[in-house]
Amino acid sequence: MKPIFMTYTRGDLINLAILLIVGVVVIPMTVSSGYWYTSILIPWLCLALATIGQQIIMGYTGQLALGAAGFMAAGAFACFNLILRVPGIPFVGALLISGLIAAAFGILFGLPSLRVRGIYLMVATLASQFFIIWMIDKFGWFKNYDSSGIITAQDIVIMGKPFTSPIEMYLVIVAVVTPMTLIAMNMARGSTGRNWMSVRDMDIAAESMGVSLLKTKLQAFAISSFYCGVAGALFAFTYLKSLEPVAFDIKLSFKVLFMVILGGLGTINGAFIGAGFILLFPVLLNYIGNNVFHGAIDATIISAIEQVVFGVLMIIFMIYEPLGMAKLWDTTKTKIIGLINNKKS
Amino acid sequence: MLAKTFKKLASTLTVVVALFSSLAIPQTANSAETQYFPIASSRVGPYSAMGTGYYGAQIDYLNYVNMTGGVNGVMLTWQECETEYNAVKTVECYQRLLEKDGQRIVVFDTLGTPGAYAVINRMAKDNVVLAQYGYGRTDGADGRVWPWVFNAASHYWSQIAVKLKFMAEIEGGIDKMKGKKIVHLHIDSAYGREPLPAMRKICADWGTELVEISIPPPGLEQQSQWLQIRKEKPDWVTFWGAGSGMNSTAMTNAARINFPRDRMMYVTFGAAEEDMYPAGDAAIGTYAVANALPGEYPLVKEIKNKVYGAGKGNLADESRIGSVYWNRGLGAAVMWIEGLRNAQKMHNKVGKAVNGAEFRDGYEAINMTEARMKELGVDGMLAPFAISCANHEGAGKFAVMQWDGKKFNQVTGWEAPLDPAFIRGLVEASAAKFAKENNITPKKC
Repeated sequence: MKPIFMTYTRGDLINLAILLIVGVVVIPMTVSSGYWYTSILIPWLCLALATIGQQIIMGYTGQLALGAAGFMAAGAFACFNLILRVPGIPFVGALLISGLIAAAFGILFGLPSLRVRGIYLMVATLASQFFIIWMIDKFGWFKNYDSSGIITAQDIVIMGKPFTSPIEMYLVIVAVVTPMTLIAMNMARGSTGRNWMSVRDMDIAAESMGVSLLKTKLQAFAISSFYCGVAGALFAFTYLKSLEPVAFDIKLSFKVLFMVILGGLGTINGAFIGAGFILLFPVLLNYIGNNVFHGAIDATIISAIEQVVFGVLMIIFMIYEPLGMAKLWDTTKTKIIGLINNKKS
Repeated sequence: MLAKTFKKLASTLTVVVALFSSLAIPQTANSAETQYFPIASSRVGPYSAMGTGYYGAQIDYLNYVNMTGGVNGVMLTWQECETEYNAVKTVECYQRLLEKDGQRIVVFDTLGTPGAYAVINRMAKDNVVLAQYGYGRTDGADGRVWPWVFNAASHYWSQIAVKLKFMAEIEGGIDKMKGKKIVHLHIDSAYGREPLPAMRKICADWGTELVEISIPPPGLEQQSQWLQIRKEKPDWVTFWGAGSGMNSTAMTNAARINFPRDRMMYVTFGAAEEDMYPAGDAAIGTYAVANALPGEYPLVKEIKNKVYGAGKGNLADESRIGSVYWNRGLGAAVMWIEGLRNAQKMHNKVGKAVNGAEFRDGYEAINMTEARMKELGVDGMLAPFAISCANHEGAGKFAVMQWDGKKFNQVTGWEAPLDPAFIRGLVEASAAKFAKENNITPKKC
């Protein structure tokens, strides 16, 4: 029988334990400002989850898909409608089913990947982005016939207890993101991930080795959009607290794509690093503009700087470090450990 | 050689550090009472003309109040955050601006319906007034369901009703509107759709055919929509666009198919000089409505002299002082400060900072009579109005203007909808639906 969980080294387990303690104990005990939860930690974890989804399809399976925001919208609106229309459905159940609905869309729009690849696939998957948003806009049922088109997300209620304060919502997200990240790492390290990577590196060779392209590609699309769907539902229910198709436009898809590229293709921790960087960098710039220069720098210039820096970084990473910030982090870590070891000896 | 380079580097660094630290001196270190305001501006992107004018005026007015001794001695502080008219960024800005030096904001103004919807449910819990100056969620006008939300001066449903009334007047009466065709050409967003519930009902009552055509944001591509308009041959077009790019494109497209510009009515967020200039001669004749008229009113002149005279003005281009968006921002800021003044008086806090609940009471007690507006120097710029516990809309009146190629000329006075009670009924019904869905017990007024 195949092992369900891959074997982990002691280092992995120590890392996990440290991260869990920081995430569940240290942060809730030390961070008290709502701003940190609602504007930084919550969107960061949500977008990191979506980035893991994009990572699976792009970084691991090598399919240039561009439609993460569309699947996020599918997940968000599915979750809203499930809670609205299915009485007594538990939040976690709704979240899972919305992930599955997004996965169904993923399979549907993953079908072209069997015929086209590279840039052509990117164009084909772009359709999913526009189709899902159009569908939600066009049919009033998805929005419960709200005239303005922006609906309020319901409160998260788990076992009769509402989770509405920033810290409670943060804990809900941690409870969802942690196992999903572990599963993603597990898949990436196991036979599933090896199949993905073999398709990525050379699909003809993979096929001749007995890897089914159809199954592998569609599986990757399904899992990827499942992650995006859950991330979208969490994003709408905890961060935006409202559902609006415009919030899931093509710009968000590109953002998720940049998170993958800057974070590092084919790495799970790169998803977190990339999401953190892209989300926090504008906040940091805006903060510097206001608190160091007191508005002496025009907001338009700050916004332009942001674009320039992203563009330059993208090019630099593409040329010098295609594996992204995750690789950079790894190298730094190895160097520091090497230094410490040298001193010891 | 190396030492020299290092020396050079060190001296440059010192200069940079000195520059940084000289700029980083806290702005308000004095111990006087202060009241903190958020400026969630949108100066970047397609809506920059709107954002620079509107938020520029707000900052100018806050500066002006500070230069004239504050509000009973309370000095105003503020912090800016760029939203780019993006709902997601608005949420982040709201959270960031919420508190500063231990003081919480008392009012929030997104100048955008999508942004307003994104934060609207946080208002009651955070004790912050959402001041939607002529935009945003319409049924917020029902103060019993939305105690923290205001849309003075005047919301989109009144606006569309005033426009329909104006059309009926030109056509020669409501009975003449029967069988006429109106195209509602709108940006495909919450803002573009907001007037539709009221418009559909009025058109159905009058027997007027309504054709809804949407333009995907940012709205610079309108060829196919105008082709459709040419086929439909409507009598009127109500245009609900955003951003000067989209607004001017519509007029050039109308000129291309020879649709008369004096049969087009622009929304308040397309009714500014910056929206008209780019279209050149194609813009001449276009109608638009205003909730704050452009012009050099006494207060505008005062700010020009005092604030801009001292070199503290926020606008880069001084010729925009007194323009539509700038005056609108001024109107909004005047209402904040009027609300603050009321709040201080009502809660025995004259000369002291107030909290959100106190500010809300003060804002709800705003009574802009003609005499009061004269004192403030804005008479004629706004329609006189009062806010009450149940009615958060204010005047519900708009003035129609027409563009002559250089400036707007006012064509009507402050017009109310033909049947304000009908519009109010729609507002109350919509608010009641929301209250029921969300288990809110309406406040007794």
